[in-house]
Amino acid sequence: MKRFLHVNWLLALLGLIVLAIPPLTRSPYYLSIGVFIALHAMVALGLGLLLGYAGQVSLGHAAFYGLGAYGSAILTVHYHWNPWLALPTAALITAALAYIIGRPTLKLHGHYLAMATLGLGIIVRILFNEGGEFTGGPSGLPGIPYLQLGSLAISDDLRMYLLVWPVLGLLVLLSRNLLNSRLGRCLRAIHDSEIAAGSCAIDTGRAKVMVFVFSAVCASVAGSLYAHYIKFVNPEPFGFAFSIELVVMVIVGGAGTLLGPIIGTAVLTLITQVLVAVGAHYPVVKDLDVVIFGLLLVAILILRRQKARH
Amino acid sequence: MSAELLQYILTGLTVGCVYALVGLGFIIIYNATGVINFAQGEFVVLGALLFYTFLSLMHLPLAVALVLAVLAVAIVGLLMERLAIRPLRHAPVVTPIIGTVGVSVIMRGLTRLIWGPDAFPVPAFSGEHSFFVGGAAIQSQYLWIVGLAVLVLVGVRLFFDRTTVGKAMQACAINSEAARLAGISVERMVQLSFGLSAAVSALAGVVISPITFAAYDSGTVLGLKGFAAAIIGGLGNGMGAVFGGLLVGLLENLGIGLAPEGAAGFQDAFAFVMLVLVLFLKPAGLLGKKRTEGV
Repeated sequence: MKRFLHVNWLLALLGLIVLAIPPLTRSPYYLSIGVFIALHAMVALGLGLLLGYAGQVSLGHAAFYGLGAYGSAILTVHYHWNPWLALPTAALITAALAYIIGRPTLKLHGHYLAMATLGLGIIVRILFNEGGEFTGGPSGLPGIPYLQLGSLAISDDLRMYLLVWPVLGLLVLLSRNLLNSRLGRCLRAIHDSEIAAGSCAIDTGRAKVMVFVFSAVCASVAGSLYAHYIKFVNPEPFGFAFSIELVVMVIVGGAGTLLGPIIGTAVLTLITQVLVAVGAHYPVVKDLDVVIFGLLLVAILILRRQKARH
Repeated sequence: MSAELLQYILTGLTVGCVYALVGLGFIIIYNATGVINFAQGEFVVLGALLFYTFLSLMHLPLAVALVLAVLAVAIVGLLMERLAIRPLRHAPVVTPIIGTVGVSVIMRGLTRLIWGPDAFPVPAFSGEHSFFVGGAAIQSQYLWIVGLAVLVLVGVRLFFDRTTVGKAMQACAINSEAARLAGISVERMVQLSFGLSAAVSALAGVVISPITFAAYDSGTVLGLKGFAAAIIGGLGNGMGAVFGGLLVGLLENLGIGLAPEGAAGFQDAFAFVMLVLVLFLKPAGLLGKKRTEGV
């Protein structure tokens, strides 16, 4: 109980910080950074649950993010669907795909999910690239409509900012309820000892699949919002590199906590922006940002390492 | 048609040899530690770039350039284990796996910083000439690739089966606690496996560089395909990587050759579709045996 109270306080604090930003700045640049932090944090949130509670890593979450974005893009541009209908449809398709990938691989002991999601991520990226007019190919698919709330179009950075952060808050609450449910207790048992949990009639594979599907849905929702924000999708942002970046965000913030991945996302996004700003003056730094990412990841892994419980 | 078919098969088998070498690199580390090393592709690139530097910029003889490049990458492999992987050895195995991802990001960043984003042409080992067999053109470099790959595969096999160190490494892979009780330094064997794996992958990068050019980002796809090859064949033994590598090389070249026009963009998808299918149908790999795990 104490822990969850703690989370509520942190959540309230985070909410205050988020709300304090728009009155301080109307700069579209800062607000767009805020939007991207929230979008990436949605993906990182699910990935953090997967890594922290199921002990599994996905190396293809950029693909689920991309499927949300492309799903919304294709349904609204080619089929003129309402964006609010396209978003859950894309999420449903992504969930089904995650289930198909997760079900056979998570039944096994070992890191087969990492291998399968890595393969899936690359295949999905190639499909985006080679989809011809359907996906817009390498040059992308433009003309995605804005989201509408009643008669209000979510057409600028401030409105998007005020939409994505509450959505992220909702996903955090949903995740917390998930962890307090039967599924959450199963996951904690699995985390302590998978074999012991299995012998207590916990379907370990099923519990892990549920988290994986949930994490894919989070990514898909974020991707849909991204598509309606940028109004354009191309394959470039949804590659292997972004999948890795997401894992880094989770590790930096701390897997197995609800707010860690959000903080990790914010920290890494801000570091990237600072490096870009500095890199504009000193070209050497521009190439260094990747190296710094890697060093940060390894250093944090080593500093935070825990012994395996066996 | 038959000459064309032969061409696809020969090209496929040649590229397959490179996948097999990279896949073998994965398997050596996986068997020693249970870690999937995502920096394997970076070993390949570093091998190619160092070889280019020694050969074309410093004008060293070919054999010297090759040996130096492979040795240098082996040292990088040893350092990687010591600095990034060994500190994580008591953590759950997913932690060192993410650690290798971190190392690959660092290496890719550094190679880009040092060599820049360009692709460098590397001269073929014995000149740019081809000869014809049954109507199919074979570049002389293909023979170097297949020859060196066979040499390395046989060498690695003999190393594991016939030498004391190789046997000690195998013992660690089978049961590290028992190996430790028998007086084998498990840490040293694990470190050695990183060095050996890096060397094998670097050689793959060196032999393929005259065909693909040396570029900082060319290793990702090659590394990932080698990884797919290792899993398709079965992570449990080295022959799995060879089988998987040849199969991936053959099928992707045949598939693209025989597919309708405009499907060339899908060439890279073959390996990963096979990877996902194998994980679904026979996760231990095509040559693997099913293993059950105890507490």
